[in-house]
Amino acid sequence: MTTPVPPTGTGPLAKREARLAWGLLFPTIFSVSLVVLLPLLAIFWVSFKPIGLEDLRPPESVVREQLRGRPAADGDAATLRYRIRNSSQKEPITGVTITDRLPEGLAIMSVDARCDLDGLALFCDLGDFAPGQRENIEIEVTVSQAFLDADPDLDDTPAIVTGKGKNILTNAEFTLENFARIFDGDEFWAVLYATMFYTIVGTVGALVVGLFAALLLNKEFRGKGLVRGLYLFPYVAPVIAVAFSWVTLFDPFSGSVNALLVQMGVVESPINFFGQRPQALVMVTVFEIWRYFPLSFLFILARMQSIDTDMYEAADMDGASPFQKFWYLSLPMLLGILSVLFLLRFIWTFNKFDDIFLLTGGSAGTRTLTVNVYEQAFAVSNIGAGAAVAVVIFGFLLAFSIFFFKYMSREEGL
Amino acid sequence: MMRALRNGPLTAAVIGGLWAFTIAIIVAVVMSFSTGEAFRPFFWVSLGLGAVTGLITLYYRDARVLVAALAVISVGLGAAGAGAILVGEGVSLTALALANAGFALFAAWPLVVILRSLVPGPVDKHQWEEAVIRFLTGFGYIFFTTAVLVPFYVMIMTSLKNQQDLLQNPLDFTIDFSKGWGLLRSYFELFGDFGFGSYLWTSFYVSVLTVFITLAFSIPGAYAVARLRFKGRAAFGRSILLIYMVPMIVLALPIYIVFSMTGLRNTIIGIVMIYPVTTIPVALYMLQGYFRGLPAEVEEAGLMDGLNRLQVIWKITLPLALPALASVSLYVFMIAWNEFLLAFMLLDDPAKFTLTRGVASLNSSEVPRQHLMAGAVIATIPIMALFLGLERFMTKGLTAGSVKG
Repeated sequence: MTTPVPPTGTGPLAKREARLAWGLLFPTIFSVSLVVLLPLLAIFWVSFKPIGLEDLRPPESVVREQLRGRPAADGDAATLRYRIRNSSQKEPITGVTITDRLPEGLAIMSVDARCDLDGLALFCDLGDFAPGQRENIEIEVTVSQAFLDADPDLDDTPAIVTGKGKNILTNAEFTLENFARIFDGDEFWAVLYATMFYTIVGTVGALVVGLFAALLLNKEFRGKGLVRGLYLFPYVAPVIAVAFSWVTLFDPFSGSVNALLVQMGVVESPINFFGQRPQALVMVTVFEIWRYFPLSFLFILARMQSIDTDMYEAADMDGASPFQKFWYLSLPMLLGILSVLFLLRFIWTFNKFDDIFLLTGGSAGTRTLTVNVYEQAFAVSNIGAGAAVAVVIFGFLLAFSIFFFKYMSREEGL
Repeated sequence: MMRALRNGPLTAAVIGGLWAFTIAIIVAVVMSFSTGEAFRPFFWVSLGLGAVTGLITLYYRDARVLVAALAVISVGLGAAGAGAILVGEGVSLTALALANAGFALFAAWPLVVILRSLVPGPVDKHQWEEAVIRFLTGFGYIFFTTAVLVPFYVMIMTSLKNQQDLLQNPLDFTIDFSKGWGLLRSYFELFGDFGFGSYLWTSFYVSVLTVFITLAFSIPGAYAVARLRFKGRAAFGRSILLIYMVPMIVLALPIYIVFSMTGLRNTIIGIVMIYPVTTIPVALYMLQGYFRGLPAEVEEAGLMDGLNRLQVIWKITLPLALPALASVSLYVFMIAWNEFLLAFMLLDDPAKFTLTRGVASLNSSEVPRQHLMAGAVIATIPIMALFLGLERFMTKGLTAGSVKG
């Protein structure tokens, strides 16, 4: 007789469940890795490449086919001309050939030496093209009446060109120049300073202001829902709308705030809030606080309303004052949500791009790391350097995330 | 030290002064914004009037009498050119009186309430803190309401003003009704000449498609994470959050490269392919949290009765999760509607612009501010209407999703 043993390993039922789970998750995993993981790998690859915006079009040979000489009657002479050029000004193309089918009804008089004509099929071997090189191939013909009647469109049989150009994206040429460039000099430190100022002050500011707003609304009164909805406006409205409103509001010439300040005698002449140091950095940070305090406000309020009121009653019995109740009861209860919010908002503020881009475009000392990605890649047209900045950002995020997950393991929820 | 500060008259005077000054600023700003004329607060006078009013409330608390008395004094001082609210040249006497009377009303009446707990002489901790908290509450409401409303007010009003008026007096937000429909000129031009009708439609269907694709992907995924047991489930739940942490601009660069090379740039298809992927992780995370909260027994009963898993999801889980689906849909719609970065980078052809991309194209020196602000209003109104109409779902969605911003 054998002693019964509990089954080990996974049974068929569990296996089926796991299979189903992965099946249900597959579309998500597939699409997300396609759009998140692959691009991340691509960023690493590109950051080591000497590549500019114009290199995104690999060098290729381009052909145009034309019938010249305006033949009007039977027997008129004309020239069938192919113009071929190398689209790239930097890279050569090797082994360029053309294949085409000539239209019917043409009597061929002479053919370019580089070409063979077999019936109507044309094949030309043009060898290598230097960067920017242009070549013409001319075929002298006389037209027949049949050709004029048919009036064929030359593009019906498009000329096919082949040729091998170097594709900078896929070849094995690597460089560290991009990193050398972005770490170069004071600029990097200025960018890092702006990033850190924006991130830390923006995050803490949004939390403190959000806490204040939550304290205001943590009681029942008529119209509370309305006020809560109102305070969420900055977050819900499209960033493009509110950012441009702020720019309009603080404009040095037609902005209401400057007009108001001058009229009230606070300042002598209008301030260019988004155009000069150090106001610009302060202003984008204030905008960040204004736009995201609703989020922390909403979370803190939700947490406040779930705190047991018994505790406050007990404190009342013991004669605790309102400030004491806040400091010794509410704040410790809110510490969890506050720290989670801090971590999340810290990373998201660090990642923020749109707001600063729309407000200042990264000028006047507001260029953060994320704005620098755009600046390098598109304003300076150096995709490689932009990718290098992105890699630096990623390094920072990795450090944050490690810290974050270590911390999160102790935090409930979220 | 603290004990010395907790003195009824001292506290009343300080709070009274600060409150009156706050009110003077607000009244001056409101009067300036609504009439376009020059009003400004007089720091010392408003402070002094407030402090005196604060002191008096300790002994005499009839709000109506106090308001009336303060109003008479402030209007008198105002007429003499030394009121809490000063005016520039050419402002009518009526406006001056109105501003100063308004100051008196909003300074004196709330002060009676704010300082209710104070008495002449030393006060205890409770009385003192109560007064301070009341003051901070009043100040907070004024502060937040102003801070939130002013940019939106300026946005709407600027869209109704032409460039000359704007440069002439940036404070004048009065609406000139004599213009009739001419007031809405910028809106007519945006819809007529700038193609905003088509942008609006593009934004709408792109957002709706994004919502449907997101739900189609995230519902099964969320169910799997919430209910099914498999190896790597915990790790998966976390890596969703990790994806949250990747900045969009870092992804946008390679997406731009790939789209340029494959010809997907400048196509709506490309946009519809990308948008859902940015929202799927959020939606999945929100939904799995909700699915976990549903009773598993109901689903098990369904399984016992011979439904398979997919039928259980379709017939039991989804109907139960309808409120959550509404929240998630609204939230995803909001993200897609407000999305700017990808639209800006990937769309160059005005025929294919989404609304945010269209508004961005108005930001040039050749287009008047009026049009830019009108574009902003057009982009804001639909999402605000949706938000106010379904505020309950929206708020829930925002809290549940711990929202990416």
